[in-house]
Amino acid sequence: MIEIELFQKIFLAVGLLIAVTILLCIYRAVVGPGVFNVVVAVNVIGTKTIALLVLIGYYFERPMFFDIALLYAMLNFIGTLIFAKYLERGEVCSR
Amino acid sequence: MLEVIVILVLALGVFFLFVGAIGLLRFPDFYTRLHATGKCDTLGVGLVILGLLIYHLFYYSDTLLVCVKLLFLILFILISNPTATYALMKAAYKTGVVPWKLGDERR
Repeated sequence: MIEIELFQKIFLAVGLLIAVTILLCIYRAVVGPGVFNVVVAVNVIGTKTIALLVLIGYYFERPMFFDIALLYAMLNFIGTLIFAKYLERGEVCSR
Repeated sequence: MLEVIVILVLALGVFFLFVGAIGLLRFPDFYTRLHATGKCDTLGVGLVILGLLIYHLFYYSDTLLVCVKLLFLILFILISNPTATYALMKAAYKTGVVPWKLGDERR
């Protein structure tokens, strides 16, 4: 079908544009003054990676990438929360 | 007609992602950067996945379980991303990061 090929091209273009935004965020993750800017940039990159994983699942027509995207969303969220707790209190698990 | 809707939603999502990235690069302070990314990123990723959900709903309508998965992904992002932003902002405020005022240097 012609429409499927059209959508393949659209998905490739959207994935490349999201990759460009990830490159823009990597600048802040490397240069950013202070540890908080680095954590924010890594969180943003993780959130964009979720959309990129779903797009990869449609581009290569492999539905298992959606499960990977769900798992990655949870890991990103928990990682950011633990980092915020560590930066706030100086320890992760207090007794 | 369907292609137009899907392309419009995807383009809107990519636009919001670009706005969030430019805000992360160009704002002068930690809190303002958080302000830029916390909203634009949630909306952008949600719109991109919503466009793919509409595409899936019309072209592969025999596997509706994947649509439910993507819907749960959107809901989880809508809940989790503002929560992470709030936790980071609270941690920065308690450890003494001073907010930026007009006339200060870029930090």
